[in-house]
Amino acid sequence: MAAKAVKQEYPKRQDGRDWEEMRPIEGKVGIIPRADGSAMFRIGHTVAYAAVYGPRDLFPKFMQNPETGILRCRYNMMPFSGHGERVRPGGGRRSQEISMLMNKALLPVLDLKESPNTVVDVFIELPETDAGTRCAAITAASMALADAGLAMKDMVASLSMGHYNGKIMADIDGYEDCDVGISDIPVAYIPSLDKFSLLQLDGEVPKEDLIKLLNLAKKKAMEIYKVQQQALKAKFFAEDHQHKKVKQ
Amino acid sequence: MSNEVLHVKERDIVVPGEVIAEGMGFLPSRGLYREGAKIHAGRLGMIAIEGKVIKLIPLSGVYLPKLNDKIVGRVIDVLMTGWRIETRSPYSAVLGLKDATAEFVPRSADLTQYYAIGDYVLCKIIAVTSQKLIDVTMKGPGLRKIKAGRLVEVNPHKVPRIIGKEGSMVLMLKNATGCNISVGQNGWIWVEGPAPEDELKAVQAIKKVEEEAHLPGLTERMKAYLEELTGKPVEIPTVTPGASAEEHEPPEQREEHREHGQHPRHGGRRFPPRR
Repeated sequence: MAAKAVKQEYPKRQDGRDWEEMRPIEGKVGIIPRADGSAMFRIGHTVAYAAVYGPRDLFPKFMQNPETGILRCRYNMMPFSGHGERVRPGGGRRSQEISMLMNKALLPVLDLKESPNTVVDVFIELPETDAGTRCAAITAASMALADAGLAMKDMVASLSMGHYNGKIMADIDGYEDCDVGISDIPVAYIPSLDKFSLLQLDGEVPKEDLIKLLNLAKKKAMEIYKVQQQALKAKFFAEDHQHKKVKQ
Repeated sequence: MSNEVLHVKERDIVVPGEVIAEGMGFLPSRGLYREGAKIHAGRLGMIAIEGKVIKLIPLSGVYLPKLNDKIVGRVIDVLMTGWRIETRSPYSAVLGLKDATAEFVPRSADLTQYYAIGDYVLCKIIAVTSQKLIDVTMKGPGLRKIKAGRLVEVNPHKVPRIIGKEGSMVLMLKNATGCNISVGQNGWIWVEGPAPEDELKAVQAIKKVEEEAHLPGLTERMKAYLEELTGKPVEIPTVTPGASAEEHEPPEQREEHREHGQHPRHGGRRFPPRR
């Protein structure tokens, strides 16, 4: 992402949003029939598809853990998903790092103890990206994990917050992400534990503002959390609806 | 016992983390957990309330082996003294020689004469360890090698509805379609009928039960569906408690391996079952 040399002044956000307003969000569950669990999460022009397989047999055998099952995430941006340069297909330094931090963000809610020596695979594909991809990926992945029927304490809701000139903003988009003046702070929040499982910072932010920002992040994450819950339930309501139709 | 609130109704779909009830008067069962005074859902599922006990019936997920489950398995490997069986779970099972056949098997015997790779068997789980090592047996009523017919794959969590109360649903399916249906707890179902058309009808009906398992009034709907499918009147079987329809399977020929030729060392002479 090319950073602009001159620090810009913004009277308001470039797409007309309020400082604390998120882009439109949408969630869907059960979209990949062959997967054990699957979900789609869209926030503005960032779209994440998640497919969960497992618990299943894990090879090579030395990776197996006899005490618990393990979680394995794979984050992938599709080649023409961004509006910058073409993303080189296949894994890279960046996707490897994001896969790892997704793992760490999701693991606190998962209980894989009842299936030792196995693996739960999470595959994330991003066909359209406009910043906040790791957050969309975590959000979609936790919906897909729930859909796969795994034992989970809670779901994880994630979004990227921004900080600019003392102002706090929710859900920064690609344009804002590229600006040097704006700090990008992705967070993942677990509501029932009231804890963050992801907190990164690209830029700088004063301590007081960070505390304020995290409080806002909790509020915004709850909005995403509601969408996650509704999407999971809608899978069954949609089926109900279908059957009524068939009956008539 | 003050301020006890129940946030859900019977048959509600709940998602992980959702608050089910508040107050210490309620008891969380499997799939739910208590955090302070609140009871949360520990996975995706449907709520069942029995007095003060709240239960969560899972709706999705892979099969995890349980003791005494009757499953349909596939032979995936032949071992020195037994067979490795695929159970449609993350773990494979071992069928030991002693549990496979009652007769004497000489050391040099070719075990594929009994069960070959790719064979399907109806077997029972007799041991599951903490590390999910599984032993299965072929000794028991109705347990056998499966020969003709077709395999249906369903969600293992829908199997209780396919069997029905005391086996009523599977008995209705059997009577209506004339097929022999063996339901494995792992979600593999073997259907064997007089004609392929009958088998297809049974498969269709099983798929419908699977799809509508979480909706009320299933038995009545299935009765109407089966009548339409077969063009014959269907009765909802009255099953006496205790008698499971799963045990009603016809006694199949037990000595399946005979067709593969005579006993290698003993000129075809068979030994009485070992004690």
